[in-house]
Amino acid sequence: MSGATFLRLSLVPLAVIVLAFFVLPMSQLIIAGANGPLGLKAYAAILLEPRYRETLVNTVLLSLAVTLATLVISTIAGLFVQRNRFPGRAVLIAMLTFPLAFPGVVVGFMIILLAGRQGLIGEVTQNLAGGKVVFAYSIGGLFLGYLYFSIPRVILTVMAAVEKLDPRLEEAARSLGAGPWAVQRDVILPALTPAFIASSAISFATAMGAFGTAFTLATNIDVLAMLIYTEFTLGANIAMAAALSVGLGVVAWAILALARSFAGAAVAAAG
Amino acid sequence: MMKTRILFGLQLVFTLLVAAFLIVPALLSMVAGVTVNYFRGIRSGVTLDWIGQVWTLYADTIGRSFEVALATLLVTLLIGIPAAYALHRRGGRFSRVVEEIITLPIAIPGLATALALILTYGGFGDFRRSWLFILAGHVIFTLPFMVRAVMAVFATIDVKTLDESAASLGASPWRRFRDVIVPNAKPGVLAGALMVVTLSLGEFNLTWMLHTPLTKTLPVGLADSYASMRLEIASAYTLIFFVMIIPLLVAMQMIGDSTRLMTGRKS
Repeated sequence: MSGATFLRLSLVPLAVIVLAFFVLPMSQLIIAGANGPLGLKAYAAILLEPRYRETLVNTVLLSLAVTLATLVISTIAGLFVQRNRFPGRAVLIAMLTFPLAFPGVVVGFMIILLAGRQGLIGEVTQNLAGGKVVFAYSIGGLFLGYLYFSIPRVILTVMAAVEKLDPRLEEAARSLGAGPWAVQRDVILPALTPAFIASSAISFATAMGAFGTAFTLATNIDVLAMLIYTEFTLGANIAMAAALSVGLGVVAWAILALARSFAGAAVAAAG
Repeated sequence: MMKTRILFGLQLVFTLLVAAFLIVPALLSMVAGVTVNYFRGIRSGVTLDWIGQVWTLYADTIGRSFEVALATLLVTLLIGIPAAYALHRRGGRFSRVVEEIITLPIAIPGLATALALILTYGGFGDFRRSWLFILAGHVIFTLPFMVRAVMAVFATIDVKTLDESAASLGASPWRRFRDVIVPNAKPGVLAGALMVVTLSLGEFNLTWMLHTPLTKTLPVGLADSYASMRLEIASAYTLIFFVMIIPLLVAMQMIGDSTRLMTGRKS
């Protein structure tokens, strides 16, 4: 057997599995989206039907808010732990990245423990102010959940980017008379831009499509993933569920692809 | 000097708050899982009863999750390593397109992938009802991580020269693959394997749609307990999940550091 034949054969198992369990099903999904009572208009209905459009707008706004908050929080924390050496630093980094492997459902439960009916925030506010603050089962809880999910990922990305910064650039800026704020603003933050783009794409795409956290917190939170789920299971509106899934999939993929073309390979690696 | 001190202090406090946000609920759940009555607090006493109850209620889900994770690992190894080798050797546009396609399931929400699988194979009752249906989903979702981890190692060593010198010594393609390529790919295989097992054990978005009452996995059981069980049982169950997942995380971090040392990544 020649080397070229061997290389071709090496790809056969992958091709079979990916075609059978991904490419074929995905094309079925796209077709199913156009096969309902609305036909191809099901895809347009995502934007034209007020109920779907409202959910879409809600989801996009929530995802933008999560992305922005994650970026600010993770940049401050990531820069700090990567730039300073102090006792307990390794422990702090471990704590900041510990939730990386938590699935969305578990993140939802973490939010219930923080802001749920028996949650910590409720207890503290009850003792301090006499009123129990409970917001886990609303869009506020979901915001907190997605934040919880995204912060460790983005902190890692920021830390990796800071590690690669050339310290000589900062020294040069300082020796030219730049103050600490000017160095931050004019040297460090611009150099981190690719990492910011990559991180934003990751948090935005995951917040758009995340299902587990929303499912744990409440089934009636008005976001796209829950809409697809209820259309499919409760409404048995398979065509609309398929059309919405395709729409969501295209958006998530496009954002990650766009970010990758700006920021290099970092995006998909952390995806 | 004073100013940098204050700045350092502010950043430290902020970072500690972030860490608290992430860690406190996890600690709360660990404590709740072994507390007699969470509402009355830890003063009510410490117990392993809840863990026991989780075991009687959900032991099958834990076993099944390990089964699925190991099967997923096996399949991704068998498919992923040869594919990574072929993609790396061929290179060019073709490889990039294939890589892009197999990476899609990471970008596309699991809900969409699961719906697609149900629409396509829902009619095949025996397959739909068996755990193999979940396996199919997990393989599609984790495969890119294996392929990428192995390809990342190939990118740091000169596979082509190794392969060609083995060929010039008369080794057949299969022997080269077995005796030269696979041993050299080991660090990537290990990193990929840890990633695949961790992701499979925690996978919910696909699995929730793909499971049947007889093929529940651990995360599916978790969601079930969050919705219908008292907080202590839900917490004890989560605690079991943490115990399963933490060694994998630690191992991942350790290899992360060691591969970095090995490849001497510039810092």
